[in-house]
Amino acid sequence: MQTKKIISCAIISLISLFQSSIALAESSIDQTVNEAFSWATGWFVNLIFAPLPGTSFPWIVLWLVVGATVFTFYFGFIQFRAIRHSIALVKGDYSDPNDAGEVSHFQALATALSGTVGLGNIAGVAVAVSIGGPGATFWMILAGLMGMASKFTECTLGVKYRNEYADGTVSGGPMYYISKGFKERGVPGGKFLAGLFAVFCILGSLGGGNMFQANQAHAQISSIVGAYPGWITGIIFALIVFAVIVGGIKSIANVTEKIVPFMGLLYVAAALVIILMNIDKVGWAFEQIFVGAFTGLGIAGGFVGALIQGFKRAAFSNEAGVGSAAIAHSAVRTKEPITEGLVSLLEPFIDTVVICTMTALVIIITGQLTSDPATGLYLVGENGRIITADGSSGVALTSAAFSSALSWFPYVLAVAVVLFAFSTMISWSYYGLKAWTYLFGEGKTTELTFKIIFCIFVVIGAAANLGPVIDFSDAAIFAMAVANIIGLYFLMPIVKKELTSYMSRLKSGEIKKFDNH
Amino acid sequence: MTTKLIVGLDGSEPGDRALEHAKCLSKLIGNCTIELVYIIEWSPYSFQTAEENAMRHKRRDQEIKTATERVIAPALAALNSDGFSANGRVLHGDAAEILNSVATKDKAEQIIVARSKESGFAAKLFGSVTAKLVMSASVPVTVVN
Repeated sequence: MQTKKIISCAIISLISLFQSSIALAESSIDQTVNEAFSWATGWFVNLIFAPLPGTSFPWIVLWLVVGATVFTFYFGFIQFRAIRHSIALVKGDYSDPNDAGEVSHFQALATALSGTVGLGNIAGVAVAVSIGGPGATFWMILAGLMGMASKFTECTLGVKYRNEYADGTVSGGPMYYISKGFKERGVPGGKFLAGLFAVFCILGSLGGGNMFQANQAHAQISSIVGAYPGWITGIIFALIVFAVIVGGIKSIANVTEKIVPFMGLLYVAAALVIILMNIDKVGWAFEQIFVGAFTGLGIAGGFVGALIQGFKRAAFSNEAGVGSAAIAHSAVRTKEPITEGLVSLLEPFIDTVVICTMTALVIIITGQLTSDPATGLYLVGENGRIITADGSSGVALTSAAFSSALSWFPYVLAVAVVLFAFSTMISWSYYGLKAWTYLFGEGKTTELTFKIIFCIFVVIGAAANLGPVIDFSDAAIFAMAVANIIGLYFLMPIVKKELTSYMSRLKSGEIKKFDNH
Repeated sequence: MTTKLIVGLDGSEPGDRALEHAKCLSKLIGNCTIELVYIIEWSPYSFQTAEENAMRHKRRDQEIKTATERVIAPALAALNSDGFSANGRVLHGDAAEILNSVATKDKAEQIIVARSKESGFAAKLFGSVTAKLVMSASVPVTVVN
């Protein structure tokens, strides 16, 4: 009964939103949403991105970099040491045939990747290079490589401390490892920190995992069919998301999950084609990336500006240290939690080092960023962004870069963006839901309440402007990293113990390959 | 030494035909055990949502339970009451690969499957379990018409 009441309330509120929007002038709705949104979230954004005293360097970026560096050294460069073993695990070389039918390492990796590969790789990179110049790419790659160690740590803990229920389902993630792990180690404050993470995770799922996606999907659709109000896209998207997460219409999610990897491969293939077409410029592009990384090449804020943008967009794209992947990976039933950590460290590599770098290279070599031929420095507009060839930014910039070589590509990209946005939303609705049920308890009504809030934010995200949405999305996702990385510092000795034990058993031959083929 | 015969069941009419043939052979051989295998088609390389992953263990248990109750248990009961020695199991994976690996591990004499009556475009496009098994098996395979 209560469930029906909530659904009817949600439908009524959506209809009233629709009616009130008709009564108002079309553009003013978007504007009102945008202003209200900026007003409501501005303080939070300012707090998260507050610069270190006397500099323009946001403390949160340093927080992530220090975290990734600590994990990299603490685990002895695990991301380079163990990558071959990670690939063997994904291939199933170490999978027990008796576990066939359970979630495989490959499936866990693919699911987590479908939540991260998406607009961050397409629109986020465009934002990074248009503000931070080509040099941002260098810092992005570095952040991606370091982030592999953060991901390894959090995903191992995600599996180790997940909750398994009597009915066979599982719930895991930072909120569970922080509360259980702290208790186990006798560290106080675990419950508070876990609760804080859960709150930020809900905000992150509504921000980066939802509004940013809806916003950029709308931008992409309107660039193809012509400008129209964002709330229309918002309502259509909200209804489809509603059908999947509330209505349980699996077919939509299933179709998306099957097309998304294909679109991802197509995107990488198209980028490779463009790079090969301009092979003579690749050397120059890398020169721009390296020189830009340390000089800034005229961009606002110099090399620090490039570094901030690179690190910010890498973290936003691969989510290493954020804790979201730990939720996705905890569904795997493995006797060795460390194997899940080893598999997950491939994500920042695929997402950032491979896919993001390709986007950046395409934007650079197709000459989208305008520079002064005399000095070689980039021309920066009043908004602090490099003036682009056709004045576009975000996903439109990536689209322009691809279309300058492959004229039909914007249509493919539009489909890809919409599908990526959709699959990321579905993934994040799950992450947000797990945080929500952690705070408010498992149950049909609690779940439904969150799902409806999630759908309403789709509409807001599509109607608001890119600026405030991207700020809030970044802030919410980075806030998750605050709680998560504190947790990881306290719990990393547990991961180290697991790693040492696993590696010695692997070396002694106690852990063997299975003959699955 | 007991002779083992592997029979691929799928809960449909062709499976029953394969079983009938196995019973005939078993009588002829004498000291023989029939191993019933029901395979749930599954690939470790498919794509799933996070929610599906979280539910996977539960679903797997349900799938095994349903297949055991509906296909394996009735078939075993019938075989046992007819005086045959038989075992049964439900496994996940690629049907042709699993049948072959079970046969190899159990040192079975042969695998018995029945050809499904489906033909035409779908069969040509996707191939069939039978065809794949015949091409790749490392023990003799009998395909019942």
